[in-house]
Amino acid sequence: MNRWCVLACVLLSVGVSTPALAALNVFACVPEWASLARELGGDKVSVYQASSPLQDPHRIEARPSLVAQMRRADLVICTGAELEAGWLPLLMQAAGNRNVQPGTPGYIAAAEYVDRLEIPTRLDRAAGDIHPGGNPHVQLDPRNIAKIAVVVSDRLAKIDPPNAAFYAARGEGFQTRWQAALSRWELEAQPLKGMRVVPYHKDSVYLINWLGMVEVMDIEPMPGIPPSAGYLAELVQRIQRDGADVITRSAYTDPKQPRWLAEHTHVPLVDLPYTVGGTPGAMDLFGLFDDIIARLKQARK
Amino acid sequence: MRSQKLIASIVIVIASHASYAQSATSTEIQKLQNEVAAMRSDYEARIGALEARLAAAEVAGESAAPIEPAPFVQPPLAKPGTTTSGNEFNPAASLILTGTYGQLSQNPENYQIGGFIPSNGDVGPPGRSFRLGESELTLSANIDPYFSGYFVGAFDGDNGTSVEEAYISHVGLIPGGTIRFGRVLSAFGYLNEIHAHAWDFVDAPLALQAFFGGQLKDDGLQARWVAPTALLIEVGVELGLGDQFPGMDRQKNGANLAMLFGHIGGDVGFSNSYRFGATLYRSRATQRTYDDLDALGMPVTNAFTGDTDMWGLDFVWKWAPDGNAVAHSLKLQAEYFHRNENGSLTFDLNGLQDATGNYDSDQNGWYAQAVYQFTPRWRVGARYDYLDSGTIDIGLVGSGALSAADFPILTDHDPSRTTAMIDFSPSEFSRLRLQYAWDQARFTNTDDQLLLQYIMSLGAHGAHKF
Repeated sequence: MNRWCVLACVLLSVGVSTPALAALNVFACVPEWASLARELGGDKVSVYQASSPLQDPHRIEARPSLVAQMRRADLVICTGAELEAGWLPLLMQAAGNRNVQPGTPGYIAAAEYVDRLEIPTRLDRAAGDIHPGGNPHVQLDPRNIAKIAVVVSDRLAKIDPPNAAFYAARGEGFQTRWQAALSRWELEAQPLKGMRVVPYHKDSVYLINWLGMVEVMDIEPMPGIPPSAGYLAELVQRIQRDGADVITRSAYTDPKQPRWLAEHTHVPLVDLPYTVGGTPGAMDLFGLFDDIIARLKQARK
Repeated sequence: MRSQKLIASIVIVIASHASYAQSATSTEIQKLQNEVAAMRSDYEARIGALEARLAAAEVAGESAAPIEPAPFVQPPLAKPGTTTSGNEFNPAASLILTGTYGQLSQNPENYQIGGFIPSNGDVGPPGRSFRLGESELTLSANIDPYFSGYFVGAFDGDNGTSVEEAYISHVGLIPGGTIRFGRVLSAFGYLNEIHAHAWDFVDAPLALQAFFGGQLKDDGLQARWVAPTALLIEVGVELGLGDQFPGMDRQKNGANLAMLFGHIGGDVGFSNSYRFGATLYRSRATQRTYDDLDALGMPVTNAFTGDTDMWGLDFVWKWAPDGNAVAHSLKLQAEYFHRNENGSLTFDLNGLQDATGNYDSDQNGWYAQAVYQFTPRWRVGARYDYLDSGTIDIGLVGSGALSAADFPILTDHDPSRTTAMIDFSPSEFSRLRLQYAWDQARFTNTDDQLLLQYIMSLGAHGAHKF
């Protein structure tokens, strides 16, 4: 028993003596919010990115390292809309951090602050892994990023009042640059209007909606259900009948089936970054949309 | 007090203005008019600036977003006006349906883990032929801003019901602290905390069956604390009734079960993560009975009274390329259990040969398993179980009062089992499994077990432990 006491005391003293770091700890569930937090927090925040762009955001494990990071977080930025339903609740429970529970200023579910698309009118798992709160992949419409940035700036100021002026100024600077970029993207993406797209998963609806493209069909028969060989063969016929300009694949999805489909339909396959870091060009949020538009335009030629 | 002062000051201000107006001359009125005009032009300039900013924001699109969440559009699950607040506050509910088909070479009725005092718990494979497994109903919700509740009730195939877990949880009493009270799956090792439907094999490792009678649950209190470090360092304590094997309800005040546990975990690159754990356990038993045969083959009931001290080590390693477990993943898992039981053993309790002597045993067991996902939705796995009946000192045998043949179940034996499985998960919510095991838990005869299993989950999207 004594040995355990000593161990507990050592651990406690480690905990107490760890100096409170000056920077605000931000835990971002997915890369896009990590990038946004860096844009808006600058050197006043230390951002932990819980997942990589090569990970399917639905299927992340509640790893021990994530529990440890959640424990130290001052602000948690996730997507919400049940995107992280399989792992985030466990981290919230295990980390024992009261300041970042849902409903507190330390927690942001980004999707709550934008108008969501594809809110199902019928909630039935026979339709695959649908989300009652609508399609959660909101980051691919840059107008949503602007809205969410307002929320993040506001929360940073609320949690870290001494630096409120810094966050406000930085937020304003970001919005100015973002609006300029937005105008540029909308101009550059003019030729993409009406482009007929076949994505793998329903993770590009916000992009398609923003740029006025057309989602002809998905490679997945239903959200979260991978296509069988028979279904792929059927897709070849449907694509040839309905016509498509491009097959798209997000960085985290297995390239095998999209490649097979592209070969058999002679429709070009475009690898899209999906989030920050998904392609070498998508180094930050600005690069994300630069790269998406450039890649789609390349395929349009 | 403050409001009284405020009212008083307002009264004074109004009174002074009234007297001022009475004594005002025309020049003063002129001066006032000038001031008002100046103020008006100032405000007009400011409003103009604001309007310009607003217009700029409107041009820029919808960037000037509301700070409040966009109103959540309630899916039309029910007609407006027919929902009551009781319905709106329904907890998250999910139901797990499981079942098996078993083809066993030995009669499951005589299943036994040789060399170990029987746990009288959930031991052995599911029976022969078609069997409904446990149907687990889970309900959970926040209770108020301070507590949340979690309930798992199980309906087993034999129409019995049990409360698997029912606990209240509080997060953050101290930073990093979590408290649970009620009935909790004990944090002994790795697998014990995980519900059976999330296991990688149909049945529990032999060690869990021999030492806890399947899965250790306890009524009591569990407290955990996570250190504020980048590496996961977690320590915890459990205190409880300890009525489940190897403890028992002794009708005494205080806690009969005490447990300490610690975990260390982290990542190695993007693709690997791990967790180590260690546990110390103590419980007591008073006349914990089990059935055996004496040297003549007559049934007797024996009883153990004394302390059970256990310790365990557990280890999990998970790999997935770039951390993306959709297509490929590997999970390695191993646990070691050691048990010391020290006290007295009564032979033929309340019978003709009733006799009591010392009892001291040192026993251990372990298992190791690997599960590999070779393509999306398909996994294969292998597991090896080994138990060592170790050393058992029975005072009645040592003194010559009885012979070792009077305790046949405690005969030296090293039970083992080799298991292979393949499973297919059509979606996140369904799984079909085929498992084959060569089970040598009995003293003689290998049991060849072929099991088919389904595990289906309906309702709320569950979250899975690491």
